[in-house]
Amino acid sequence: MPPEISLDQLDRGHRAIVVRVDDHAQGDIIAGRLRSIGFVPGEQIRLQTYGPIGREPLLVQVGTTRFALRRAEAARVIVQPERAA
Amino acid sequence: MSAAPLNLALVGNPNCGKTALFNRLTGARQKVANYPGVTVERKEGFFETLSGKPVRVLDLPGTYSLNATSPDEEVTRQVCTGTHATEQVPDVLVCVVDATNLRLHLRFVLELMGTGRPMILALNMMDQVERRGIRINVSALAEQLGIPVAETVALKHQGVMDLRRQLDQVTAVVPAKPEGDLDQRVRDVLDRCIEQPDALAPWDQKLDAWLLHPVLGLASLAAIMFLMFQAVYAWAAPLMDVIDAGTVAAAEMVMTTLPDSALRSLLADGIIAGLGGVLIFLPQILILFLFILILEESGYLPRAAFLLDRIMVGAGLTGRSFIPLLSSFACAIPGIMATRSIQDPRDRLATIIVAPLMTCSARLPVYTLLIGAFVPRQSVAGMFNLQGVTLFVLYVAGILSAMGVAYVMKWLRHDKAEHSLLLELPAYHVPSPLNVVIGLWERAKIFLRRVGGIILSMTVLLWFLASFPVPPEGYVGASVDYSFAGRIGHAIQPLFAPIGFNWEICIALIPGLAAREVAVSALATVYALSGSDELVTQGLSSLITAQWSLATAFSLLAWYVFAPQCLSTIAVIRRETNSWKVTLGTTVLLFTLAYLGALLVYRLTLLATG
Repeated sequence: MPPEISLDQLDRGHRAIVVRVDDHAQGDIIAGRLRSIGFVPGEQIRLQTYGPIGREPLLVQVGTTRFALRRAEAARVIVQPERAA
Repeated sequence: MSAAPLNLALVGNPNCGKTALFNRLTGARQKVANYPGVTVERKEGFFETLSGKPVRVLDLPGTYSLNATSPDEEVTRQVCTGTHATEQVPDVLVCVVDATNLRLHLRFVLELMGTGRPMILALNMMDQVERRGIRINVSALAEQLGIPVAETVALKHQGVMDLRRQLDQVTAVVPAKPEGDLDQRVRDVLDRCIEQPDALAPWDQKLDAWLLHPVLGLASLAAIMFLMFQAVYAWAAPLMDVIDAGTVAAAEMVMTTLPDSALRSLLADGIIAGLGGVLIFLPQILILFLFILILEESGYLPRAAFLLDRIMVGAGLTGRSFIPLLSSFACAIPGIMATRSIQDPRDRLATIIVAPLMTCSARLPVYTLLIGAFVPRQSVAGMFNLQGVTLFVLYVAGILSAMGVAYVMKWLRHDKAEHSLLLELPAYHVPSPLNVVIGLWERAKIFLRRVGGIILSMTVLLWFLASFPVPPEGYVGASVDYSFAGRIGHAIQPLFAPIGFNWEICIALIPGLAAREVAVSALATVYALSGSDELVTQGLSSLITAQWSLATAFSLLAWYVFAPQCLSTIAVIRRETNSWKVTLGTTVLLFTLAYLGALLVYRLTLLATG
């Protein structure tokens, strides 16, 4: 299995499984929001694309929903990349 | 059947089609207001169940969970849990979900079931389900959740019949609180009730490959913006001519039917000319909002926010600022109200402060007058019209100064804290005419209320100040010189002498504080002209060409790029920020910028023209 990485390091077009969402502070609001929009352990996600400048923000598909996340937000999500098929 | 209506609350995730469902259920029977003390919109509406029982329904702000982090999510949480100070506890919660996106939305349904309130699930967008190859076993879902499930299609007339029928029966169903891990429970329910291909709708993927593309996406955004501003100018013209003709006809009717008196002057020169001069912008505002509403309904605006986020972060804003700032080109008031969709307090404040720098349609009459009078009608580089180029430069000056102000604010704050984007890109939808029409009607009402309120009172006040006291017999000079307005103008003129304003401009600035466009009719009144607005503008135009220097005209243009001469905008900043400090700070900042900008432009033009 490939090692766990944070979501902002995932390559474009690649899929991964969410391992956990880290709090970056006590009672991290952003981490809480990420969990409530479906970034929960075991969920499959896919990094679809990035924004046009500075490869930011990231466009991430969770289930059948897409969210735009900044890199700093995505860094909270620890994922297990799927092996390239 | 009791007379007391059934109290419903619509709750759901953002992008579940909740507001469309609300519009479909209630039609025009809506009341929109604010919750006391917070800037959260309160939408209430009325309809009947299938058997005719009256229903009162609240459209609660959308949220992903009951762990509130923003004021509007807090309202939703309080109403759902029955702890809101002023809101009645709803008899039934109608939880609205996008049936094509149950994986995300079911989590909130289960969370909501934990409140122990009677509940019904509205499976919205059912028409999309089949098209997308999704299969939902609705009766199994109702059984699994233990609450009634109604299928709805908010876009269709008949699409709410099932919900209205079920509302006749369901008042007493209290769901069992879900136990164990919420996410595991969501997966269980999904496994048992739904077959869903993992892919997004093919249409969405194709559109996004184009519209989110680094080059094609930005090019499309630019093209859409260009088309929008073209339409605002091109399509509005015939309608504006109609309003203008109506104003002239009304003024003529008053002039011919009433004897020469103060009343006739007040009606014709004051009220009809003043209000007509402002009403004329209604078509432009509505066309701009038509575009914005269609873009919003289609799901495109979050895409624009996605494309521009990085640039706007660089300037101390956020991609989410794009939508409010776009609205501010029509009028800063709805723009500032639209900042409610920005959850981050710092980003929201920065957007509110720079929104008045966007060139709103009220500046147009002033710009048109000055450009027409001072910029020659010639072409540049063989294809551009110099007057058009000047107008474009004024728009760009507004945008650049907004970015500059936001950037300086960010720099002053030494803000290293993290600010969140976390924006859902919803599926694309064909805009619903019903929602667009209701949205336009809301905008038109806000604008007309403004015309009938502040603009009317200012017009009357100025007419009074410029007409009284009447100079004594044998007074040499213009009667306006002798009036209150004339005296005030002369008194404050020294303050504005360094930026080249004469006393006539100074007088016009005073009623112009209430609303920018008033300055044009005020100047006309001051120069003691009368007649139709069209005539006034043309007469005024050649008059100021003769009397003002080029430096004075450019200085006034620069002043108007910045000056927050709009009481309603200042009032709405106060309401939305709930802070006099911010309101005063913004006002002082913008006036300072206006003075410095005008000073710079005045001096430079004087140098250039010798």
